[in-house]
Formats: sequence, C-alpha cells, structure tokens
Amino acid sequence: MSTASVPLPGWISYGVIPLLNLILAFFFSGLVVWAIGENPFEALKFLIEGALGRGDAIGFTLFYATSFIFTGLSVAVAFHAGLFNIGSEGQAYVGGLGAALVALSLDHYVPWYVTMPFAVIGAAIFGAAWAFIPAWLQAKRGSHIVITTIMFNFIGAALMVYLLVNVFIVPGKMAPETRTFLAGGQLPKLDWLMALFGLKLGPAPFNVSFIIALVMCYLVWLLIWRTKLGYEMRTLGISPTAAVYAGIPYVRTVIIAMLISGGLAGMMSLNAVMGASARLQVEFVAGAGFVGIAVSLMGRSHPVGIIFAAILFGILYQGGADLSFEMPNITRDMIVVIQGLVIFFAGALEYMLRPAMVRLYQTARGK
Amino acid sequence: MSPHSSANEPAIELVGIDKKFGTVHANKDINLSVAKGSIHGIIGENGAGKSTLMSILYGFYHADAGEIRIQGTPVTIRDSQAAIAVGIGMVHQHFMLVENFTVLENVMLGAEGGQLLAKGVAGARKELKRLETEYGLDVDPDALIEELPVGRQQRVEILKALYRGADILILDEPTGVLTPAEADHLFRILRVLRDQGKTIILITHKLREIMAITDTVSVMRRGEMVATRKTSETTVAELAELMVGRRVLLRVEKGDANPGPVLLSVRNLTVKDGRGVTMVDDVSFDVRAGEIVGIAGVAGNGQSELLEAIAGIRKPVSGEILIDGQPVDSVDPARLRQLGLAHIPEDRHHMGLVLKFEEYENSILGYHRDPRYGRGAMLDLDAVRKDAEEKIAKYDIRPPNARLKTANFSGGNQQKIVVAREIERDPKMLLIGQPTRGVDIGAIEFIHRRIIEMRDAGKAVLLVSVELDEIRSLSDRILVMFAGKVVGEKSSDADEQSLGLMMAGIAA
Repeated sequence: MSTASVPLPGWISYGVIPLLNLILAFFFSGLVVWAIGENPFEALKFLIEGALGRGDAIGFTLFYATSFIFTGLSVAVAFHAGLFNIGSEGQAYVGGLGAALVALSLDHYVPWYVTMPFAVIGAAIFGAAWAFIPAWLQAKRGSHIVITTIMFNFIGAALMVYLLVNVFIVPGKMAPETRTFLAGGQLPKLDWLMALFGLKLGPAPFNVSFIIALVMCYLVWLLIWRTKLGYEMRTLGISPTAAVYAGIPYVRTVIIAMLISGGLAGMMSLNAVMGASARLQVEFVAGAGFVGIAVSLMGRSHPVGIIFAAILFGILYQGGADLSFEMPNITRDMIVVIQGLVIFFAGALEYMLRPAMVRLYQTARGK
Repeated sequence: MSPHSSANEPAIELVGIDKKFGTVHANKDINLSVAKGSIHGIIGENGAGKSTLMSILYGFYHADAGEIRIQGTPVTIRDSQAAIAVGIGMVHQHFMLVENFTVLENVMLGAEGGQLLAKGVAGARKELKRLETEYGLDVDPDALIEELPVGRQQRVEILKALYRGADILILDEPTGVLTPAEADHLFRILRVLRDQGKTIILITHKLREIMAITDTVSVMRRGEMVATRKTSETTVAELAELMVGRRVLLRVEKGDANPGPVLLSVRNLTVKDGRGVTMVDDVSFDVRAGEIVGIAGVAGNGQSELLEAIAGIRKPVSGEILIDGQPVDSVDPARLRQLGLAHIPEDRHHMGLVLKFEEYENSILGYHRDPRYGRGAMLDLDAVRKDAEEKIAKYDIRPPNARLKTANFSGGNQQKIVVAREIERDPKMLLIGQPTRGVDIGAIEFIHRRIIEMRDAGKAVLLVSVELDEIRSLSDRILVMFAGKVVGEKSSDADEQSLGLMMAGIAA
C-alpha cells in the first residue's frame, strides 16, 4: 500500500509536517546566508524583529498578509474544483481597475464606508471578468486553464499599463497612475485594532481590507463545505468521472468556480489600491498573485491554513525587506531565494516528509 | 494437471504460483507448462487471474510462492528487464508506444545501445529489416506511430519484443482492439512466429480465437487453473463450461415475476466509445415494471456503454431511450434521476463514489440538490449525516461511521453505500452494473436480496453483469450481448452452456 493513502491524524498533517517543512526551509536558507559570509542566527533575528518587532513592522506584515489571504483564497477556490488558477496575479491587477473606478466616482460624494461595499463589488466583478475568458475556454474548448491564465496575466498587465498611461494618467504628471483618491475613496487604517494590543501602527498601511479578507475566509469556508455548489466543486475537483455520474454540470461548475476565484483575486486590490496607495498604480500587485499559489498550497486550500500561511509570507516579505536593510550583503535577491526555499519546502515538497511520518506514526502505534 | 506434451523441456514451467492481493486470492497454486514452439491459449472470465499470472511472469508482480522455470532453469523475474533478459516479451492490451515517435524509434526505445544514437539507429534499422522479412511483419520503420492503424501499431509491439530477443511472446487480449481482418492477419503472423520456433502465450476470453489459433489451451477460473487441453481434443462447448464453471449456485429465493407496463425502452440505440469505435450497435429492448432484465456478455461487448448511455453519462450516436413512453433527449444524469432512474454504476471507485469524501458526503452524491438535504444553496450537514446514519444502520454498513473516509471501507461496504443511496430513493427504474464485483459473499447475498425486493416492489430493473451466475439467479429475462448487439434472449432457466455459447458469439 502506498503511503500516500494512509490516513494521518490532523495534527500531523496540518501541524507537524508544515512545521518540519518550515524548519527545513529555514535550515537551508541559513546555509545560504552562511555561505555568503553572514551569521544565519543574526539574520533570523533581523528577519523576525523586522517583521514582528515593532507596531509598524507588524502592521506591514499584516498588510502583506491581507493581500496574500485574498490571492490564497482565490487559488484555493479554483483548486477545490480541480482548476489550477495561475492567473490570480492578472485578476488582481484588473480587479484594481474595478476598485479604482468605484473610488474615483464616489470619493467626492460619500464617506469611505459607503464606497467600500461598492468597491468590493467592483473589484470582484473586474477580477471575475478577467477569469471568465480562461474559464470559458477551459469549460467549452478544453484549453488548459494553466496556460490561458498565465497568458491572461500578461494581457492584463499590458492592458493596465495602456489604461494608466493613456487614460487614467493625471494630465501634466509623469507617473502612470490615477489621481489620489479622497478620503471617501480610501480604506482607513486599523490603528484602533493595533492600539488594543498596545501597539502603534505608525506609517504601516494595515487597513480595513484585512477585515474584509477575514470575512472572505469565512465565506469561502461556507461555500466549500456548507453549500451544494461547494459540494459540486469538490466532487468535480476530486473525481471528474464521479461528477459526470452525479449529473454535476461541468461547464457551469468550472465557470462559476473561476468567477469566484477571480473575484477573490480582484479584492486583493482593495488592500493595495484603496488601503495603501490611495491610487491605482502600475504593477501594484507585485507578485501577490503568485505568492497566493504558495499560500494556498501551504495552507492546504483551507481558509484557516491560508490565514497562517499568508501571515508567514507576510513575515518573509516584511522581515526580508528589513533584513536586506540591516545586512547589505543579503540583497533583495537573496530574500527572494529564501522565500523561494520556503515555497519549495512548504508547498512543492508537501509529500516529501509524508512517507517518513507515516512510518513513524505506524511504528509508534505498534503496527 | 498439466501434461508434458513432449520429451523436450517446456519453454515455460510454472510451479505452484500463488498470489494474494489483500483478501483477494488472485492466483491459487497455479501449475502450467508451455511447450516450446507452440501457441498456448489461456482463457477465463474477467477476474479469473489471467492477467495477474502473466504480470508475475513479466515481473510486474511477484508471486507469494512458487517457481518459474524457463527452458528448465529456475529463474527469478524481478522486473520487465529481467523478463526480457530470459527471453520473455510482452504485447500489452493497451500499447506501450510513444505516439509521436517513429516505428524505429519506438523499437529502439530502452535498447538504444550507447549515448549517441547514430550507430544504434543504423543497427536497429538493419535488424528491423531482418525481422520483417523473416516473420512477414511489414511496417515502415519511419512511419509515425500515431499515423498507423491499430493493427500495425500492434505489430510494432511484437517487433519491439522480437528486437529484444524474445523467444517467448505473451499477448494479452491482442484482438480486443482489432477488426476481424486485422485479427486474421495477426494470427497469420503468430503462426509464422511459431513455425520459426517462438513460443506464444495468448490470453483471451474469446473462445473462437482459442479454437482458431492455439495448440494447447488452459482454462482459469477464480484464480485457479482448472484444466489444460489439447485444442484439437476439446470443443467450444467444453471450454465454455470449464470457463463458466459448474459450481453450486448462490441462488436467491425469489418468486415469479409479475411484470407490469413498460417503464424503460431502448430503441435502435447506437453508442460509440471515445475512440469512435461502435460499442453498442442498434440495440432495442424493453424493461417492464416488476421484472429484472439481465444483460449477459463477456466484458467489453458494449454492456458498459449501453448502461452509460441509458444513465445519461454517454451520448448515443443514434436511437432513442424512452422512460414511461416519453423520449429522453437530454443527456443529463441529474434530469434522469428526477424522472426516477437510479443507477448503481459498474465502477464504484471512479463513478459511484468519491473515495476521498467522508461516507456521509457520498450518501448524497447525485441527489445533493434535493431540498431535503438543505434549503436553497446551503447543504444541511445535520440532515445529510442523519440520513447517512439511517442508511448505515439499515444496510449494516461497517464500520458504522458516517465520518469515515470512503476509501477506508471494504469493497463490499463501499458497494453497500452506493446501493443504499440508489435504492433508498425509491426510484421507478434501477440500472445496475456489476453489483457484486469485488464484494464479499455476505454482502453479495444482501445486495441480491435488495435487488429482488426492488423487483417485487414493482420497479423496472436492468442488470448488467459479467458474472453469469448472478445474471441467471437474478434475472427474469436474459439478453445476451456480443460485439455490441443483442444476439439473443433467454429465460432465466436457460442452461449455462447455451448462454456461454451465445456470449462467445456462436449462435445457439
């Protein structure tokens, strides 16, 4: 019997194995740091302090985590339906257009809390729209969603640059970006939340979209495990033949799953566009869509796991930036290497330790 | 059991081969002797253990006990490399060819002879030429595999084996994918090979082929080698009887059928499979309320496709399916369920169940949109679990745990999950495919009784099974399918022999 099918208790699958993967990742990262002549323990200290040491550090960490939660959920929803959505990056980017259009139209007239629900809807609709064509091509024509979503990332990027340079740019300015939103088009920071813990947020752009992200985690959980649609998506994702037998419509399920996935990716823009920069800029997604793939993998496509994984990647992003500041030898590229190692061990090598754990577990149980 | 046909050492001798997969005893103490330079047929129903035995010979599986002797020398065959080393070549039922490589490249694959190709290619081309002329296996060495018809692809498989120096060729159901003309050509090739001194083992469940081509034939049944005969000294009738077996029937107690109006009709139905091969050819029949119609046939004669077409899973090419006299035009299993058609599929692992789901999740598969399992878009897990637990109790599904992953139930209990789900909906019509495949005796009896109860409750039941005993003990009428057609109808008291002949495509 192959060890992949041996059931392990949840605390091993979701606790011990990810933790060991993480330790391995840090071990090898440490080797890399050591190889370039820096002290790995010192580096780790800078990384942790830079990510969690001060109020504003935590604020930045959670700001990044917010983006990753959205994109992680996006990847996870598609994944449950058996679809590998590589296009969260592009969907988030185009979603930013939706959010920006809402903010630009409403910020003169209403306060932020009126703009916010419309912005959520706008971002989701634009993100979903960007996922629709790959979804339709997959469902109707069998064009592989991995390929089409990757291509749509590029098309989306080109489209956004075109729009920002030619349409939204403020006359007389050099930067390809929209005008700055007024307060009615901005999502306020969560100073009060940090203050509850006696921390000062400082300049960190940690904002209300974090709460939206948590609400989305709950809604995704509800969708996947408590609705008929979620049941159909999971059936299709695990066993396409059983889905046919059960009369689950392939085309409809694929398209709906991708629309939801694209919508969640689009909402990532709330955080970056309305929460942080208060304007739509080129390349504001900055790889969060791709990090979402790793976050979803590491979080086992479960919202709770995704929250933890998103925070971990938030730590790596924020702490990594601080680390390269403190240790100039560790450049931005080195940080990417470390992040890559984490993705490699925590995501891609998910099953590497599993057989060993199964053997250990069985020996421990005396089988 | 197996007589030494000549004084020469047999090409292959199997002594006491035994193999178990978990609780399934696939091969029980098999003894077999294959004479050098002969064509030896091995027949048996699906699941009789033929393929397992050949896989052991080819190193895919390892026997739990027993010995393999090649030309009198005991050998250990660890893998296919070792099999080739002792001169055994295998032609698989599903070809192992690289579609977008040429014939030459495929033949060389794995035997390139060095890091650089050029030398190997030249040598292989020469050798291929020799093999072609020697055995009459004409194939263009530069043709792409994907452009060749199936019959020629098979020849490439044979060439591959010969190129590697095989003296013993095993062919697993070689004619399954061939047209009759291609099959005849294959037989001519096999005769040439035999006359050149090669030994050939032919695995099939087609009696006609056995009679046409083999010198000796061995019959397997339920993991045992039940007989070996000289082909010239046996008859189709005897082989059919040996294959099907004359064991005590597990007869189910049942009264006479009380057929009512026609509920399900099939009219001139034609169905093709994914490759475009016609699997169901102009089939028509009726199923009435309160009767069980059994479809007998050797696996692969179109029963699966027929069942899938009626269940709305496979789109028919032409013909009509009528429920209650109304034609069904949508290919939609969900719609058919609403019309009262339940379906216990042949393949519970890939269709009937999602093995990674917990038991209760599978207990609603296909019926999950039913309002009783939650209003609107939501799924009411409490209601689903309660429902699942009731079925678990009623069908004695073990272990009685609705939260257990379905993969962790035994085959019999998995099948009970499917049966419970489909029968407890109280459908008007029930399609059943291989209801007891891989199911233990106790569960078989239980499932059979449920099926009879459905009939007695006035349901129309269509049963497909490759187990002739099952068909005979459950059915009120038996239709026999062969090569996509219904070749005859029998009552349930028809004798095995005449059914067996019909199943083999020999008119009775």
